[in-house]
Amino acid sequence: MESVNAKYVSQKISKTRWRPVSHSSLQQPDIFATGSWDNEDNKISFWSIGNHGSSGMDEGFEGDPQLLCEHKHDGDVLDLQFLDQDRIVTTSSTGAVTIFRHHQNSQTISVSQRWPRVHRYPCDNAPCTGVVCSSPEIVTVGEDGKIIVFRADQEGVIRVIENADSSTIHAVTYLRTTEILTCILYLDDVLLPLHCVDRHPNQQHIVATGGQDGMLCVWDVRQGSTPFSLMEAHSAEMWEVHFHPTNPDHLFTCSEDGSLLHWETSTHSDMPSFLQGGRNNSMISRSAMAPAGGNQSLISTWLSGDSSKGRLETTHMLPSQTLSVNSLDVLGQCLVCGTDGEAIFVNRQVPV
Amino acid sequence: MEELDVEPAITNIPAASDGKHLGFAWGPGDILAYETLYMAPGMCAKGSGCSFIHEVRKDEDIYSPILRKLFNESHHIFVGLQTIREDLPSKNKKTQFVSISKNYRSVIRACMEELQQVAASVLVLQVSILLAIELIWNLCEVLFIDAAPAGPLLLHLLDWVRLHKGDVDEKAREVLQSESPAEHHDYWDVVVSYVLQGRFEEARQMLVKQATLQPAARNMYKLMDTLLSKMPFYNPGGTQTLTEFDVKWRHWHEEVDRCLQDNSFASNQHLEIICKILVGDEDTLLEHKELLSTWYHFLVTRLLFCHPTVKPTELHYYAQSCMTMFLDLRSVPEPLDSILLAAFEFDIHQVIKDCSIALNNWWFVAHLTDLLDHCKLLQSHNLHFGSNLREFLLLEYASGLFTHHSLWQLAVDYFDNCPEFGHVYLELQIERVPLDTERKALKVLRICEQRQMSEQVRSICKIMAMRALRNNRLGSALSWSIRAKDAAFATLISERFLQDYCARGTFSDLDLIDNLGPAMLLSDRLTFLVKYREFHKLYEENRFSEAAKLLLSLITAKIAPRSFWMTLLTDALPLLEQKEVSHSAHCALHCGFGHDLCFSGRVQLGEAELKDNSGTK
Repeated sequence: MESVNAKYVSQKISKTRWRPVSHSSLQQPDIFATGSWDNEDNKISFWSIGNHGSSGMDEGFEGDPQLLCEHKHDGDVLDLQFLDQDRIVTTSSTGAVTIFRHHQNSQTISVSQRWPRVHRYPCDNAPCTGVVCSSPEIVTVGEDGKIIVFRADQEGVIRVIENADSSTIHAVTYLRTTEILTCILYLDDVLLPLHCVDRHPNQQHIVATGGQDGMLCVWDVRQGSTPFSLMEAHSAEMWEVHFHPTNPDHLFTCSEDGSLLHWETSTHSDMPSFLQGGRNNSMISRSAMAPAGGNQSLISTWLSGDSSKGRLETTHMLPSQTLSVNSLDVLGQCLVCGTDGEAIFVNRQVPV
Repeated sequence: MEELDVEPAITNIPAASDGKHLGFAWGPGDILAYETLYMAPGMCAKGSGCSFIHEVRKDEDIYSPILRKLFNESHHIFVGLQTIREDLPSKNKKTQFVSISKNYRSVIRACMEELQQVAASVLVLQVSILLAIELIWNLCEVLFIDAAPAGPLLLHLLDWVRLHKGDVDEKAREVLQSESPAEHHDYWDVVVSYVLQGRFEEARQMLVKQATLQPAARNMYKLMDTLLSKMPFYNPGGTQTLTEFDVKWRHWHEEVDRCLQDNSFASNQHLEIICKILVGDEDTLLEHKELLSTWYHFLVTRLLFCHPTVKPTELHYYAQSCMTMFLDLRSVPEPLDSILLAAFEFDIHQVIKDCSIALNNWWFVAHLTDLLDHCKLLQSHNLHFGSNLREFLLLEYASGLFTHHSLWQLAVDYFDNCPEFGHVYLELQIERVPLDTERKALKVLRICEQRQMSEQVRSICKIMAMRALRNNRLGSALSWSIRAKDAAFATLISERFLQDYCARGTFSDLDLIDNLGPAMLLSDRLTFLVKYREFHKLYEENRFSEAAKLLLSLITAKIAPRSFWMTLLTDALPLLEQKEVSHSAHCALHCGFGHDLCFSGRVQLGEAELKDNSGTK
């Protein structure tokens, strides 16, 4: 792939996230943050790909990501989310949750707020494995099985749900503004932990998960305990799954086996999927639409997707086998991912 | 083969003062040193002891952030190299190997450039080491991998020298940017350097500037220009054979010689010098030692002007004599010189051996040897302990990587490609990776599972399960033991669950237990736990007949631990009061209890109650 280039950064990347761009502008994202793991001194870093007003660029590949600034991080960065344009929340293997602020003018980073050791066992720290935020509220989960709610501007912890689970909670996402979905395990024939979860941007009852066996499952949360569709995606743990935020017919997954897959679902008819079916058009509103009794709700192609029927296309996005791809993020036409081979890949021309 | 005598390097340990005795312990890549209390007789205690333990590392390079990129990128290339198919025709393979070699070198160059940009004084040494490494690798590529025959060989050697003598271009730039280039004090140095490197086009362009300044000597300059333009260069892709080229070249050589004898350039000292160089006069070449700066540049230049059709097998003769001529007799040859000489002698093993001694990191020799092995250039040179040279070096390199807190993941792929001992090494090393988080443990587990290292899988799962148990995360501990298929541990954890139940009266971690599915068959105790929990669920849902049946089967199957029989009995009692429980189940329960329980006081009481109930029925 000509438009994908590896940048070696001397740290194993555990998380990468694009800085959100404002919905009104059609700009492509230009700044992303990364967190490292398994280093003696871990860091969070901000990078720029210099994509300002980039409509005239040819081939989309103009130089490597440039490091803007970085900051030391205590413990592995297990999860990272942008709180708003300037702040990120990170969770650490020491059980701490930190908010960092990126000062764009001086290109420095400072610690804005810190909650040390919120996830812990009686005599030890527990790694905090996932975070999701909807500013100013932040929710974290950890290996101690707790769910903790914070507010960005308040010192203490708002709420702790202890023993939410007896096992480690690996991932969390917002289902609705007041509900969160945490991700532990499911049963098919074998008990398998799930590692990642993502909600469909428009239809909030649809959730995709990836697990230890590399299977991609799509669930309808309203209908309980078995997945709607199961697809064999990877040969090892799937670390992250993301719906494309504006074009949810596209899904991206990355895995321990070193591959990053782009899933594209297509419908039979020429009509785009969101116009099919009933009158309830939930594309615009953000709240979940419960279908009225008897009314045909929008049947998302994901729920009926079946790879054997040829309605699902998968493409590998990385040029060759690498070490585990730990994290990916996609926004607009840009995709960034980080690997255990200490490399970051940026693709500016994702076909969505 | 003579042993190279190298003085061992001495490292001072800060606390080792006052004649204190140091103790030490070997680690995988380093030594721990500490002060001991031992005092030699006749010495008295001086001052307080140092309470530190010192870690002495041999290899600093893997901790350098810029060099880390070298390790990662070369790992990528290494893995790609291993997948080249054996059945390709050798010509295709050779091109691939050459391109892989160029990849490796470009990675080295990229690191070097980055180091140079950082411009810290401590890195100057690293830069020079990388320069030397690339120089050696490039020569090995030319001589061994590309294995050019006579003719192209010289051209490749010329490229090699040009690549590693970058200061000519810098000087040229400086001269050309000055106001009057032809009068710049470095002008003639640049021209001569170009000629020495066989870059005649550039030399001619420079000379034109001088020619325009001296219209009187125009003819001389024109003659020189003609000579330079007519020098034949072998064209590998062309139809001319080597013999034809040789004839042409001799012809040209004679012409230059005639010009010299004719004193055509006698009036211009510089042009005279250039003419002498063109004819290959050794003394003139040696007069320009500063411009040549290295004996191998001298070698290539001498070959260019004396013997352009040199055969690979003749190289070493010229190399040895050039080195002798160029270097002072008194100066000790540096390691780099002897390595290059060994390369010219096509003694691959000596090159590898000398590099291993000279460098403190196995990276270079491991990758180069691996590539040469793929090119089938290493004879099976068996070392005492059974593995071959390539494998030995890869194992050493990978073991060094494993000591690094982060780069251990790269080492796994290297071990995979060492057929004899790689697996064993990996088994020993992988257990030492510290497991701080579950995610890291999962990655390590995945590595072990993919290689069928079941012992290590069990061991890792047990570590994680114990940790979870210690933190009272029973569900987590249970999932780890299920992953390891560790029946004994699953039994242990199930016991804990049951103890919990006895202590608190309720179950914890219901979601896990309810959803185990076939995994519950891992151990009897676990099966009992799940079924018992199911019994409770049925009871709560008021499905009493099913609950009774289940309880009965639990008792008759005899998987309940003895300590639990009392509890089961107590659970049975309320059932007996339920009308829905079938008569047969009633009887069966009586019989079951009658047979299996030992007669303690409480048990007798229970039986009495049963009799009572049956009486009323």
